[in-house]
Amino acid sequence: MSKILNTPVSDEDLKDIRIGDVIYLNGHIVTCRDVAHRRLIEYGRELPVDIQGGAIFHAGPIVRKVEGEEKKFEMVSIGPTTSMRMEKFEKEFIEKTGVKVIVGKGGMGPNTEMGCRENKAIHCVFPAGCAVIAATEVEKIEGAYWQDLGMPETLWVCHVKEFGPLIVSIDAEGNNLFEQNKVLFNKRKDEALEELYTKVKFIK
Amino acid sequence: MEKTEALGLLTDRVAKFTAMIGKRLPDDVTAKLKELRDEESMPMAKMIYEAMERNQEQAVALNRPSCQDTGMIQMFVRVGSKFPYIDALAEVLKDAVAIATKEGPLRHNAVETFDEVNTGTNTGTKAPWLYWDILPDSDRLELDIYMAGGGCSLPGQGKTLMPGEGYEGVVKFVLDIMTSYGLNACPPLLVGIGIGTSIDSAAYMSKVALMRPVGSRNANPKAAQLEKDLISAIDSIGLGPQGLQGKKSVMGVHIENSARHPSVISVAVNVGCWAHRRGTIVFNSDLSYELITHKGVKL
Repeated sequence: MSKILNTPVSDEDLKDIRIGDVIYLNGHIVTCRDVAHRRLIEYGRELPVDIQGGAIFHAGPIVRKVEGEEKKFEMVSIGPTTSMRMEKFEKEFIEKTGVKVIVGKGGMGPNTEMGCRENKAIHCVFPAGCAVIAATEVEKIEGAYWQDLGMPETLWVCHVKEFGPLIVSIDAEGNNLFEQNKVLFNKRKDEALEELYTKVKFIK
Repeated sequence: MEKTEALGLLTDRVAKFTAMIGKRLPDDVTAKLKELRDEESMPMAKMIYEAMERNQEQAVALNRPSCQDTGMIQMFVRVGSKFPYIDALAEVLKDAVAIATKEGPLRHNAVETFDEVNTGTNTGTKAPWLYWDILPDSDRLELDIYMAGGGCSLPGQGKTLMPGEGYEGVVKFVLDIMTSYGLNACPPLLVGIGIGTSIDSAAYMSKVALMRPVGSRNANPKAAQLEKDLISAIDSIGLGPQGLQGKKSVMGVHIENSARHPSVISVAVNVGCWAHRRGTIVFNSDLSYELITHKGVKL
């Protein structure tokens, strides 16, 4: 199933979306990663941009200042970073901000599953390393907050069109694609190891 | 050529080469990804391989870094003892990284530890990170430049095992990383493994292993066989691109090894992501150069 979501996103919009679906996003997405999460959750600071019903992107982009113009920026290259780093903050982050779509790389854990289930939100994966594709889907950078954190950690407010492909990894029911895969991968790993052990008897 | 002029030219060429590495994958990696894409049959995995290919084409067309995380720049320097600019080389390489950061552009990835401030230049305390090697009786400079992003640096681990745990312990250590951290490190991965005495030497060798051409084999036939066996084993897990399942898991497995103290066997793992941005350039003493990893590219 391929579907387009528009921000602001409602609970209803997420109702029929399941893990493994591919979706695209229209509207706004804000980059938000390690330190922004820390500031909100650990230091109790308020996020400088309202993301109620919105989307965040675990990403640290390369942004270029538009020469000769005040506060104008161009998105050069943007792709997802490892979402698991935000796991310890994400449940509370979802509760506090009302964010509906979290985009990143790789899976997230039980905290985020719970946050998604209780508050109706989803986590998606943008194919990592495909940062030029993502950058060309950013039509405009509309804001830049907490620039004191440096280029990767600044909150860049991006206006996007058909931003994706976004592969749903946690749905609003809390199902988790990566966790399901992990069970399968670990089973196969154990089988592979049994065979490998017979081939590495170098110390005799 | 005047010395100042020569140093300027060398700095400029290293800077241009560094910036280019962020935009084009080396020839061997491109070929391997194409092979993996052609072999893939799962629809989701195929879609991701196609996105990767399209991304690399667009990166070249738009002259932009193909992945936003252009890494902490690391260089393996093999300098001839008679290379005329050996004395100024450390400074040249640092300057080149700062220039590449601006011109590339590269993402600002050098955060000073303790002060926790991003320098904004990708240079700083021991940054770029350099490994030095001397080429005796040579007047050439061989340079491997590597951009490892945070994602594929995260699985980096090492462990010193007791010999009783044997190579069985070694392969378990490697495979456990694949299904935990490896999953998020942008597979299909290039897996570098160092096996030796202490943790530092194993860690170093695991990174050296990532500088080898994809698919090259260790000179020791037993180690070479283990490389092949590990490829089969990790592929059988079926991580696929992005860890979302697929026929294969890796671009390759490279092992580097040293003799070990009888009481210990250390193993370390470093992985390269699918966007394995590694480049090798060789300079002659007149600063003419050859690009080993990126044939036909003009700087």
